[in-house]
Amino acid sequence: MDRPRTLYDKVWDSHIVTVDGDGNAIVYIDLHLVHEVTSPQAFEGLRAAGRKVRCPSKTIAVPDHNVPTTPDRLLQIKDPEGRLQLEMLEKNCREFGVPYIPMNDARQGIVHIIGPELGLSQPGATIVCGDSHTSTHGALGALAFGIGTSEVEHVLATQTLAKKKDKNMRVIADDALPAGVSAKDLILAIIGKIGAAGGSGYVIEYYGRAFTELSMEGRMTVCNMSIEAGARAGLIAPDEKTFEYLKGRPHAPKAGAFEQAVAYWRTLRTDDGGVFDKEVVIKAADLVPYVTWGTSPEDALPITANVPDPNSFSDPAKQAAAKRSLDYMGLVAGTPLEQIKVDKVFVGSCTNGRIEDLRVVATLLKGRKVADGVGVLIVPGSGLVKRQAEAEGLDHIFIAAGAEWREPGCSMCLGMNPDMLKAGERCASTSNRNFEGRQGVGGRTHLVSPAMAAAAAITGRLTDVRKLA
Amino acid sequence: MEKFKALKAIAASLPLMNVDTDMIIPARFLKTIKRTGLGKSAFYVLRYDENGAKRPDFVLNNEIYRRAKILIAGANFGCGSSREHAPWSLADLGLRCVIAPSFGDIFYNNSFKNGILCIVLPQDQVDRLAALASSGNTAGGEFSVDLERQVITGPDGSVTPFSVDGTRRTNLLEGRDDIGLTLQHAGKITAFEEKQRREQPWQPAS
Ligand code: SF4
Repeated sequence: MDRPRTLYDKVWDSHIVTVDGDGNAIVYIDLHLVHEVTSPQAFEGLRAAGRKVRCPSKTIAVPDHNVPTTPDRLLQIKDPEGRLQLEMLEKNCREFGVPYIPMNDARQGIVHIIGPELGLSQPGATIVCGDSHTSTHGALGALAFGIGTSEVEHVLATQTLAKKKDKNMRVIADDALPAGVSAKDLILAIIGKIGAAGGSGYVIEYYGRAFTELSMEGRMTVCNMSIEAGARAGLIAPDEKTFEYLKGRPHAPKAGAFEQAVAYWRTLRTDDGGVFDKEVVIKAADLVPYVTWGTSPEDALPITANVPDPNSFSDPAKQAAAKRSLDYMGLVAGTPLEQIKVDKVFVGSCTNGRIEDLRVVATLLKGRKVADGVGVLIVPGSGLVKRQAEAEGLDHIFIAAGAEWREPGCSMCLGMNPDMLKAGERCASTSNRNFEGRQGVGGRTHLVSPAMAAAAAITGRLTDVRKLA
Repeated sequence: MEKFKALKAIAASLPLMNVDTDMIIPARFLKTIKRTGLGKSAFYVLRYDENGAKRPDFVLNNEIYRRAKILIAGANFGCGSSREHAPWSLADLGLRCVIAPSFGDIFYNNSFKNGILCIVLPQDQVDRLAALASSGNTAGGEFSVDLERQVITGPDGSVTPFSVDGTRRTNLLEGRDDIGLTLQHAGKITAFEEKQRREQPWQPAS
């Protein structure tokens, strides 16, 4: 009998073009997503070497990081550098024959939202993008990971990557999540437990009821933040929910071929006896909503906790980091997290910019008002998410509550387009990184779930959403 | 890619953990279509105050370390984004080697592609090298990093062995062109594609 394999082993094995005795492999890439920030130098490299894009049909480009989210963006983009990057993407795609979704297309959006949404991201596939949150697509059972620009060029030229296999890790959460606790809380709790480097060198498979019971959107939220635990990629075995999600999407296999694909996809699960180099168990039933207090995603705590005392950490490096974080965040040790006032609330990003996230926020904001003085920005992850939300009337709920409703893009997830925090502003954000300056120079980020973001919008401070429901 | 064989240079210590790629180069400086000229934005917030003046407490602003080519850093250095702008900006500053207890995976990979050697050592050894770089009469002294022999020699003559994955080491020593190497297997890539098309006809044709 064959040696039992993990899901990661199976996807890896099935993409090896060639491998040497030291484990150096050339791995075939099924889907390459491209955006404007990490690709110009790669195309330039191809041009300089006189190389072509090997498989334009397995490549797709979309602008997302840089794009403004105000409706006037189609008329003019004021920032000349940002504009140049956007123009370069379009020009490079035309020159190299790469399919391109322009800003005025309804399908435009954040790469990691549109991959699954268009049915491009499929179980068992290898997916890369010059972006660390490519791990998102692992929610469909794809091996998906971020690469640098040199590797973007490598994939464009060869449709492969040269790499060694990572190690296998399994995070097991066997019970269901309690009411009021979401996928975002689950992944923040996992990162809090294993640390921002806990997954370094590993591909994590998320395993157990807490994950299987999540919607596809929730699974994407979990896999999205695998990189915040330092992992290369996150994986969830595809199941009926996955197949149902993909069925009928524009790039999913068509009728006939779909059944054939599903038959293969069903084999994509860890065999009994599959070997993991590391296993971590999470008690999902005990979880509550989480928030971050510091400047690393590992600085995550239950909303019921207080801002920690840096001296409470045993590791001196962590003590120093915590001191620096509290100073940057303008927080005092011992303050209950629920007493922290916010200036801004951001709902969006590739972590939580999908339709389900917006529905959760709308349910809470319906018939309520945003707290005085709090600016609330709600940004759909894609044009299709925007359309769906508007078809359901969610935009009216947001606007009636006093929030802003925008065009799709990365928006306030990173300070590279006009949506930024000002120095000292504090934000409850559904994005994925609370790094210093991530949302704008001097901006202070607390990572939360969409429900917790809505709760903060209503009360003007970090709030346990379970008290509002 | 640029070769790296050996280096004799001053080392600077930046003993912070989780120095993320936004700290190495903030997002607003990524709006470039070039690989060069990013050094001026490297470590922007650590390096400059709100008025753009150099912060005296940042190690690379210190006269002793201005010409440092080696950085001794804290755990999980380069965590976060995949932006290759991070190693590009370090290279543009003149840094060619980073020594830390651990690195963000993508940053680590990107660095090697740009001729920057990342060395992983246990925390206590990193601490000892950091002390040599920053205290007593060894501060500002030169360290030698020899990739062929895989040893670091401190300004006090102490020798610290390290090891780097064989392929990465060869690629760096020889300054190999990865894409060129892979294209030597073009026939195998085509064969893979043909097999995949037979077995998984739902995949888009290549
Ligand atoms: S939404 Fe944020 S994390 Fe996601 S791709 Fe955009 S910038 Fe990166």
